[in-house]
Amino acid sequence: MQVLVCVKRVPTVGGKIAVTPDGQDVDSRMSGFSISPHEECAVEEAVQLTERMGGTVSVLTLGPEAAIEQLRGALALGAGRAVLLETDGREFGPIATASAIAAEVRAHGYELVLLGHEAADTGDYQVGIRLAHELGWPVATGIKNLSVTDGGLVARREYRGGQEAYELPLPAVITVKEGINLPRYPSLPGRLRAKRAAVERSAPAWTPKGDEGLRKETLRVPATARHQAAVLGTGADAVPELVRVLDELGILS
Amino acid sequence: MTVLCLVELDGTDLDGTEPADASLRALTLARTLGDPALGAVVFGDSGGVPAAALAGYGVTDVYVIEPAALEGYAPQAWGRVLAGLAAETGATAVLAAGTDRGHEVLAHVGAITGLPMAANCTVVTPDGGRTHRIVRHRWAGLLLEDAVMEAPVALFTVATDAVAPVPVGVSAETPAAIKVHVHKPELAEADLVVRAAESAGRTGGVSLATARVVVGGGRGVGGPDGFAPLEELAGLLGGVVGVSRVVTSEGWRPHRQQVGQTGTKITPELYLACGISGAIQHIAGCAGARHIIAINTDPGAPILAHADYAIIGDLHQVIPALVAALRAR
Repeated sequence: MQVLVCVKRVPTVGGKIAVTPDGQDVDSRMSGFSISPHEECAVEEAVQLTERMGGTVSVLTLGPEAAIEQLRGALALGAGRAVLLETDGREFGPIATASAIAAEVRAHGYELVLLGHEAADTGDYQVGIRLAHELGWPVATGIKNLSVTDGGLVARREYRGGQEAYELPLPAVITVKEGINLPRYPSLPGRLRAKRAAVERSAPAWTPKGDEGLRKETLRVPATARHQAAVLGTGADAVPELVRVLDELGILS
Repeated sequence: MTVLCLVELDGTDLDGTEPADASLRALTLARTLGDPALGAVVFGDSGGVPAAALAGYGVTDVYVIEPAALEGYAPQAWGRVLAGLAAETGATAVLAAGTDRGHEVLAHVGAITGLPMAANCTVVTPDGGRTHRIVRHRWAGLLLEDAVMEAPVALFTVATDAVAPVPVGVSAETPAAIKVHVHKPELAEADLVVRAAESAGRTGGVSLATARVVVGGGRGVGGPDGFAPLEELAGLLGGVVGVSRVVTSEGWRPHRQQVGQTGTKITPELYLACGISGAIQHIAGCAGARHIIAINTDPGAPILAHADYAIIGDLHQVIPALVAALRAR
C-alpha cells in the first residue's frame, strides 16, 4: 500500500509556553522542535501497515527548510521517502495547507493519507477533512484503531465512553489520535539511514491567497485565575481536613 | 437572520434524548452573538426533541432532521444538511460544541462552503457586517489567539472546557415560543459513504469527559497495579479515574483514560490529581476543572500552581486513609 503521512514541525512545549514580544509566535528560543504525538502515531501506523502488506511510506511536511529535521525523524522510524513543501516560514491556513497537500497527492498514486487529528499548535481540526473534499475521497477523523479489509478500511474511534466504527473504501484520508499504537523508538541503523536519505524539496503547488477570511492578530498566554495551592497538611494526617474541604465544596452531597 | 447551533443528544444510551452538556455550553456562547433567533439543529426523531431543555438555553427554533432521511451518524451528510440549512435560513453564524463530532461536522461545512472555520472559540463578537472578532484556543488552550473572521457565515466550534453552561433566566417550563421545524433532506449517496457502522455502547457508568469528579493518577502511582485504591475512591465520590500521559505511554492504563492535550479534556467539579507533577500537556486537559486538589510528595511540583488545595504526601498513604474516612461517614 502506498501511504502518505503528513506531519508538522512545532516547538516542543515542556514545562511552560511563552509568546514572542510581537505576539505572533510561540517563543521557541529555549525549546526544541518535534511533531505532535498524534503524528508520531500516524507514522508508526503507516510503517506497521506497510510491514504487514508491503508498499512504501512517504512522509510530507509543509514548512521551512528546518523541518527536514522532522522528516528525518520519520525516515528513522521506517518511512521510505520524504517530501518537503518548502515555505518561507509564513503560516499557511488550513485551506491553503489542504490544497498544497492535495496537489502532492494527485501527482503520486497514494491509496491512503494519514494525518494527526489536529496540529499541536494551531489546533484547527480541519486539514484532513478539507483535503478529502479536494480529492473527493472519504475521510474519518480521530481514529484509534485501523484495520485493512477487502478493498477498504475499518476505522474505529471512541464515542461517549463507547466505540464506533466506520467502513471506508480506498483511497481514503484518516486522521489518527495518540493511543492507536505505541510508537517505536528509532533504531541506530534507522537513524543512520535517515541521515543519508535524500529529501525531495519543492515549493508548494498552491500558495495562500490572503488570509482565508480568518486573520490572527495576537497570541497570548491566558491570565490564570488560580494561585499557589493552599496546603491542607502532610500525609494521612491531612485527611480529616481534606474531607472537610470536600464537604465544603459540595462533593460529598 | 439567525444563528444555528448543532445540538448533540445525550442520555443513558448512545442515541440519547437530552442535549449533551457540551452542546449546552455551545448554546450559552451562541446567545452572546445577540441574534434574536437561535436555532438548534437536532438529528433524531421529532418525538424525542428536548424542547423544554433547549428553550431553557434560549433556543427559539428547533430544526429536527428526521432519521427517515438519514440513519445514524454520517459526518459529511450532517455537514451538508447544516450548510443547506444555513443558506435556507440566511444564518449569520453556524456553530457546534468542540467535540469530536462538532469539530468534524463544522470542518465538513467549511469544506463544502469554502468558508473558514475557527475551532475551539471562547469568545465570538459580531463587529458589523461580515466581521466577527474571535478569541480561540491554540495549543489546546495553553495559548489564546485573538483573531478576526471575515465571512458571510461565521463557522466555529466552542471550547467546551472554557465556557460554562448557563441557562437563561426564564422558567424552563415555558417553551411556548419555541418553534419546531421538521426537515427530511434529500442526500446524495456520496455524502453517506462514511457513516457510523456500529456502535458499542459505553461500558457502563460515567464518561471521563462529563464526569462530576475525576480522580487522576500519574507516575507517582508507581505501576499498573497501583490503581485499585484510585478506582475505589472514584467509586465512592461518584466519579471516574483519569491518568497522565506517562501512564498511558508506559502502558499502565488504556489511552482512553488519558487527561491532557492528546487525551480527553475534562470539566468536573473536582479534579483530585494524585502523584501527577503537572506537565503543561496535562494542564491543557484539566484546566477546565472547577476545583483542583493535588496530592503530591513534592511541594515544588508544577501542579501546585494550578491547584486550589494540596496535601504534601504519598498518595499510597493518603488515599487509603481518605477511603477509610469516607466509608466511616
